[in-house]
Amino acid sequence: MSRNISLRDFDWTLVAFVLIICTLGVVEIHSATVHTKFAGVDRKQVYWIAGGLVGMFMISLLNYHALLERVHWMYIVALASLMSVLVFGQKYLGARRWVKLPGGNHFQPSEWVKLVLILAVAKYFSDLQHRELTWSDFVKAGAIVAVPFIMVMGQPDLGTALTYLPIAIVGLFLGGVRWKQAAVVILLAGLAMPLAWHHMKDYQKQRLTSFITPDADPRGAGYHVKQSKIAVGSGGIWGSNSGSQTRQGFLPEPHTDFIFAAFSEEHGFVGAMAVLLLYFIVLMRLTQNAQTAPDRAGTFIVMGVVAVLTFHILVNIGMVVGFMPVTGIPLPLMSYGGSSVLFMFLALGMVMNVRMRRFVN
Amino acid sequence: MFSRDEKLSPVRLTAVQYVILAIFLLLAYGLWELQVSQSDYYSAAAEENRVRNVPILAPRGKILDRNGREIVKNYRSLTALLLRDSSRNLAADADLIAQGLNLDPKEVREKIRRFSSMPQYQPIYLKEDITPDEEAFIEAHRTELPELDTIMAYRRLYPLKGFMAHLIGYVGEVSEDMLNQPGFELYDPGDVVGKSGVELQYNSILMGKNGSRRVVVDSHGREVGQPLEEKPAVAGKDLKLTIDVDLQIAAEEAIGDKNGALVAMDPHTGEILAMVSRPTFDPNDFAVRIKRGDWNKLVTDPDKPLLNKAIQAQLAPGSTFKILMATAGWQENIAQTLNVHCNGGAEFYGRRFGCWVKSGHGEVDLTKAIYQSCDVFFYTLANKLGIDRIAKYASSFGLGQKTGIDLPQEASGVMPSEEWKLRNFRQKWFAGETISVGIGQGAVAVTPVQLMRAISAISMDGRLVVPHVADPTGLPSNYLEVSHFAEVKNVPVDETGWNTITDAMSRVLLPEGTAPSAHIPGIDIAGKTGSAQVVSLATRAKHQNNEDLAQNGWFVGFTPRRSPDIVVCALFQGGEHGKLAARLATQVIKAYVDKQRQQPTKLVEKPANNGKTDIGALWTSPSDHDSLHAGHLVVGLPKKRLPLAVAAPGLGGVN
Repeated sequence: MSRNISLRDFDWTLVAFVLIICTLGVVEIHSATVHTKFAGVDRKQVYWIAGGLVGMFMISLLNYHALLERVHWMYIVALASLMSVLVFGQKYLGARRWVKLPGGNHFQPSEWVKLVLILAVAKYFSDLQHRELTWSDFVKAGAIVAVPFIMVMGQPDLGTALTYLPIAIVGLFLGGVRWKQAAVVILLAGLAMPLAWHHMKDYQKQRLTSFITPDADPRGAGYHVKQSKIAVGSGGIWGSNSGSQTRQGFLPEPHTDFIFAAFSEEHGFVGAMAVLLLYFIVLMRLTQNAQTAPDRAGTFIVMGVVAVLTFHILVNIGMVVGFMPVTGIPLPLMSYGGSSVLFMFLALGMVMNVRMRRFVN
Repeated sequence: MFSRDEKLSPVRLTAVQYVILAIFLLLAYGLWELQVSQSDYYSAAAEENRVRNVPILAPRGKILDRNGREIVKNYRSLTALLLRDSSRNLAADADLIAQGLNLDPKEVREKIRRFSSMPQYQPIYLKEDITPDEEAFIEAHRTELPELDTIMAYRRLYPLKGFMAHLIGYVGEVSEDMLNQPGFELYDPGDVVGKSGVELQYNSILMGKNGSRRVVVDSHGREVGQPLEEKPAVAGKDLKLTIDVDLQIAAEEAIGDKNGALVAMDPHTGEILAMVSRPTFDPNDFAVRIKRGDWNKLVTDPDKPLLNKAIQAQLAPGSTFKILMATAGWQENIAQTLNVHCNGGAEFYGRRFGCWVKSGHGEVDLTKAIYQSCDVFFYTLANKLGIDRIAKYASSFGLGQKTGIDLPQEASGVMPSEEWKLRNFRQKWFAGETISVGIGQGAVAVTPVQLMRAISAISMDGRLVVPHVADPTGLPSNYLEVSHFAEVKNVPVDETGWNTITDAMSRVLLPEGTAPSAHIPGIDIAGKTGSAQVVSLATRAKHQNNEDLAQNGWFVGFTPRRSPDIVVCALFQGGEHGKLAARLATQVIKAYVDKQRQQPTKLVEKPANNGKTDIGALWTSPSDHDSLHAGHLVVGLPKKRLPLAVAAPGLGGVN
């Protein structure tokens, strides 16, 4: 493998679009929090983004093949870190997601486990010899994702656990899953749902159903959905003059989960569509990088990132417009939150990594 | 087999791209729906964002007197609330809020802190019954302090200074125990219900049904537009009583600060015209929220201000019982021919029983025995009748049973008999015990209402009515009480006997009787005095004639003597002499007669309130057998069982 990589090969276009989205995010965070107790987080977000950029550059310098060689170790460490959360983790908002580090910071392993998972799935599928998956391949692939999935579910953090699934799905799809196998998965999922429902806590159940009939409980579980729709809808075409829902505090979590609602209220349909377009461009750019990847592993890595990104966008914006239940999944690059920002930039770093070596072989 | 370098199927990659496109189109559609298609709806929704369910409080029915004059009504009371479902920093506003509402800012902050774990839509109740300037403060600060709001409630407005307090009763929030009882299932926690008196008895009529209103409030907390949904409140019905406020005033004035009770009734129908009990309490203290200290004071006050003595005091009737003795004696054909020589006392069963006139009354027949209240005559009569015959007639006139008056927790009194003693004490009744019963001492215990009703029946040729305070014409016809009031019984009474007795009673207020000072010129009042001993005179002497042990004065009177229009019973605790009680009763009678004759009555005079309270006695409860002689236990005296026949008069003037 030659080391003839140059900064020219860096996908500056992609970085540009990503930074535009990030900037819009920061501006919106500022506008949503300026008079509240969260004032000042927009500055923190800038720091995270800066840190993320550094991380992205650094990861892109490594050779992804080297990472792939070591993915087994990384996988074990990932599982260990999830285990440490289950054992040592601090409960916050009813779930153990964080481990307290010396120095007062919090570390949320489930995010960086996503990265490892993308790599692990990529490695697994790229090592396969067949065009189509055998049953044993299928099961093993499932296991790779299922184990961390269950561990995160145990925190309990349903939302984050679900973000592992698209990695598996895209991996399977691109890795040559057969129709029968896909049918099996769907069947199992269908059977598992009533069981899962039974085990769910009330508030989780409420969250899932409230998006269908938010009016049934306007002050309880349906509140978020209702407020979000009102905020978004009141944005009209060009944006609301008063921005009252965000400013007056009717919209909950305007700088994190519902940032898109806050943005849509302020900038209307035009603004919202613009952001959607930006995300779409980013995703298309990423898939293009996948297509020009030098090998299957590279493709899998990039598509893994695409899958996660798409899933986040679908669930978050879907929630904002009332199509999806409230799950606490952030909007990548816009929602305030260090873990999410870092993950995104590291993932993009992986993509850069692949892209920069596309002529190498 | 392919090498790891072989690329993935481009078809599948493209497929993924299309899936992504589809997802984005879906999201775009969602946005379109909200922001373009239904943007008006959502813009409007944003304006009217908070939805609140505001209860429309149903006003409670008023309580009126027999002429429709208002006795109890409601007033509009505002409570200041602190709303918590905005993102405002409440603690920062605490100082301003405290200043405007005249609260302690530390307390306000404390409340905010305590509530921080509750769901956000629950407001904090800052202050009840706010004044108009506090209300103005909230209004004026709608923009700076949008978290402040008010909620209106109706509160009961009762007459001041405990006027008619026992009869009316008071209201309060329904307690958990009450909710569990049958008949209360329809009430919700937080409902205000009657807790005593008429408020309790007729709660289902007085209490309305709350409505509700779903209102929209904009981000400034102001109601916007029409209410979404409104369920109107059903107001409670007004209740008309049989009470005449003019007589009630006269009665309250007459009794003033003295301990006891005063009650007046129409003998034909049983309608109660006035009812007073002392000491009294102020039900307005209960209307907002009674302070714990005040409540404790009321409950532990030995004079038991919360008891309605007119229906709950059970005491020895003293000489008033002689009227029942006379009736019994007449019906048994003994009294009409009985002649006794009273020389100040007589001996029965080895004991001497004295008469209140130590030198004796001389030759006494029934009539003289009544208006002079000769004890010896009635000892003799009692001895001849025996307890069971006495009990038979007394019970037929309602003694020893509840009258069925439409007020809660009426006491039943005690009318002893052989069977009664066997049942309660497993002992035989001794003939010697009958003697003191003859003059209304011993085990006999009556409530003022009971006594009044019995005497009323005797005066009305045996017509035993059901006393009631509510006017049945205002009640729904299927209401239980209405038919109940009409259950008049007729006790067979010989007409001559009845006439003789009432003629004798009308001489009580003449110079030859026992209460001449209570006489009112121009009004023919028939009555009987009673001075009921509480403990024996010997015991009393031992305690240096302690005021606590003073006798109770009783009087029951009616006018005119035949088919009377009004009967009054007065109980003057610690009044010593029945004639003092008589003066209370006759004032009420005078007020009644004056009103009838349309003479100007004395208007309200400020009662002399020198703040002195009577030294207390505990009331006996119906199940408290420690005081069978139905006197009262005095706080501080050793609790020993006083023998039944102790309250026979010995030395000292008593009647």
